[in-house]
Amino acid sequence: MSNEAYFLGTCIVDLFYPKAGIAGMQILQREGVEVIYPSGQTCCGQPAFNSGYRKEALKVARAQMRCFPKDIPIVIPSGSCAGMMKYHWRDLFEGESDFDSAMAVAERVYEFTEFLVDKLDINLTDLGEPKQITIHTSCSSRNEMKVDDKIETLVSQLSKVEVLEQERKSECCGFGGTFAIKQADISGSMVKDKTSAIKATNASCVISQECGCMMNIGGALEKQNSQIKTQHIAQFLWDRTNASS
Amino acid sequence: MLQAKPLKSRVDDALSNEQLHTNFRSAMSYLVEKRSQQFPDKEDLINSRNAASSIRSNSLAKLPELLIKLEENLEKNNIKVHWAETDDEANNIIYQILKEANAKTVAKGKSMVTEEIELNEFLDSKGIDILETDLGEFLVQLANEKPSHIVMPAIHKSRKEISRVFADHFPEFPYTENVDLITQQARKILRDRFRQADAGISGVNFAVAETGTICLVENEGNGRMCTTAPPLHIAVAGIEKVVENLSDVPTLLNILTKSATGQEITTYFNMISSPRKEDEKDGPSSMHVVLLDNGRSKIHQNNVMQETLKCIRCGACINHCPVYTQLGGHAYGTVYPGPIGITLEPQQKGITELGDLTSLCSLCGACGEVCPVQIPLPRLINQLRSETVEGDYMKQFIEGVGSQRKPIESFTWQIWKYIYSNSFLYSICSIVITKLSFLSPKRVGGWSKYRVTPSPSKVSLKQLAKQAGIKNE
Repeated sequence: MSNEAYFLGTCIVDLFYPKAGIAGMQILQREGVEVIYPSGQTCCGQPAFNSGYRKEALKVARAQMRCFPKDIPIVIPSGSCAGMMKYHWRDLFEGESDFDSAMAVAERVYEFTEFLVDKLDINLTDLGEPKQITIHTSCSSRNEMKVDDKIETLVSQLSKVEVLEQERKSECCGFGGTFAIKQADISGSMVKDKTSAIKATNASCVISQECGCMMNIGGALEKQNSQIKTQHIAQFLWDRTNASS
Repeated sequence: MLQAKPLKSRVDDALSNEQLHTNFRSAMSYLVEKRSQQFPDKEDLINSRNAASSIRSNSLAKLPELLIKLEENLEKNNIKVHWAETDDEANNIIYQILKEANAKTVAKGKSMVTEEIELNEFLDSKGIDILETDLGEFLVQLANEKPSHIVMPAIHKSRKEISRVFADHFPEFPYTENVDLITQQARKILRDRFRQADAGISGVNFAVAETGTICLVENEGNGRMCTTAPPLHIAVAGIEKVVENLSDVPTLLNILTKSATGQEITTYFNMISSPRKEDEKDGPSSMHVVLLDNGRSKIHQNNVMQETLKCIRCGACINHCPVYTQLGGHAYGTVYPGPIGITLEPQQKGITELGDLTSLCSLCGACGEVCPVQIPLPRLINQLRSETVEGDYMKQFIEGVGSQRKPIESFTWQIWKYIYSNSFLYSICSIVITKLSFLSPKRVGGWSKYRVTPSPSKVSLKQLAKQAGIKNE
């Protein structure tokens, strides 16, 4: 079937932002995609890979491969998980006997907003109230997947949403996975700079393609007693375009 | 010398210094903006980076052959060539040349490779008077510090701090915070020095094998003075600085100055192809080039890490690094800071000593995007990270592979591996975590110092997907 697609929810969405995941799947279904969510999926291996533990990352990555056997797209609501599979699995599986099968899986990976814009050519109708937001394009969406323009394209289709630009928009928020634990004070200083820039826009909400960044930025905003909310793009789009929500 | 304190306390010092943060934030923003103005067309930038990258790759692919050709052509041009395997060897060679020429005072142009071998300290201990003549380096030397950036060594200093350093060392000049006046004062001091110096020492930006030409990029004219006024000139270069042809130079020069300082071209560009000839009125009567290995040929042997040597020292990766912007250069405790520093230094000095530097990176990828010669810095940093905790295949190239593996961290990843590679085990854990989400810790180490700790959702995506009747294959 040509309109089938896998949804790889990612480990962080599974346990911390499931609503973003389900919203993503609902949007795909509404656009006529027959969504398959393989329940055996866990994680792309990124956390261990970025911490230097490649043998462990390889084992976990390998376990995903059998979850996505069909030759159909794999849609992922995260730039970094998509980037991990699309670009870093190459390094991870290098010299392994299943290198070719890993590459065959990696080739079918799409970041969620990329899939909506490039593959579905989606047209959105904004049903929400007027809102001022700011966008956090994650580093992996920008530097690795090169899909940072897709979130902008999607939001620009929402007639009642005004996007406010922040200073140093393309600078890292300081998350970086285990970086935020290992170099907690540097990461803390980075997220402080990021939240200052976000607050200065007067937006009521930060939208992102990446739940890791959201956890970082949202957690810092909450700690600073800010009223600014963070939301994943999938949930933001679903909430604003779904008649019954 | 900068390594005296452990990394953690160097980082703490940097982060607690508000002035430093302000200095670096504004300097880096300025440099990032200036660079981007030089590359208005994305397509042009891609083409320039491709061209520069392939020139550098070619240099590395033919490195041994090009170095021999370089030596031949330099010698043909009456430039004496010396090979140094280590920093000690390089220092001793330079000292011997100075001694033979009876040179007691040296005027030095800006050079990172001489920082790498700690030439100033060495010559100082031998009683040679060595003076930095690049304004930034001059200030750093006066303040008894080290450069905090490879292109702008005194960028950590505010105007006020610079004025203070000057006033303390040169009470004969009135105190001023006027940059132009300070520069004029420095000019006076340095001009005298150029007149008196017995020798000039410089670095090298590009060494052209085809013609035996040494290229030097600078803005202040001090480089030209150092290499022309004194009777003896010694240039020090890492062996990777060689390029094959003279026609390679414009491409590299163009992207170097744009990437480094956002200049279309620097004020001075020196191409030195011989000492003074009989019919010439100026230039040194003798010239030497010291070609330094210092771990480079070992890096060159490794196919993945070899790309480190493509670097043309523009500093763009540093200027765009969010971690460097927070810390400044001194916290790294190494000669080369920022992304290129944490890539190069652990390879040169070993993982036992410097492996922890690889943690100074959020893997944001900004460095890899701006590198004019397309060094995949994030990929190399990630690779090095794995060398710090595991990996045996780099053992012959890098000292201390696996030496940073810590039992608790390693145990955590083992547990993670077992849970996440077994979907049944993961489902059970996932149910327990979501059911008991109210028990999740409110504080998680350094994370909760700056952020609220996230609680797991009461229901997982897996459960939601099942409830929504989404196909499960």
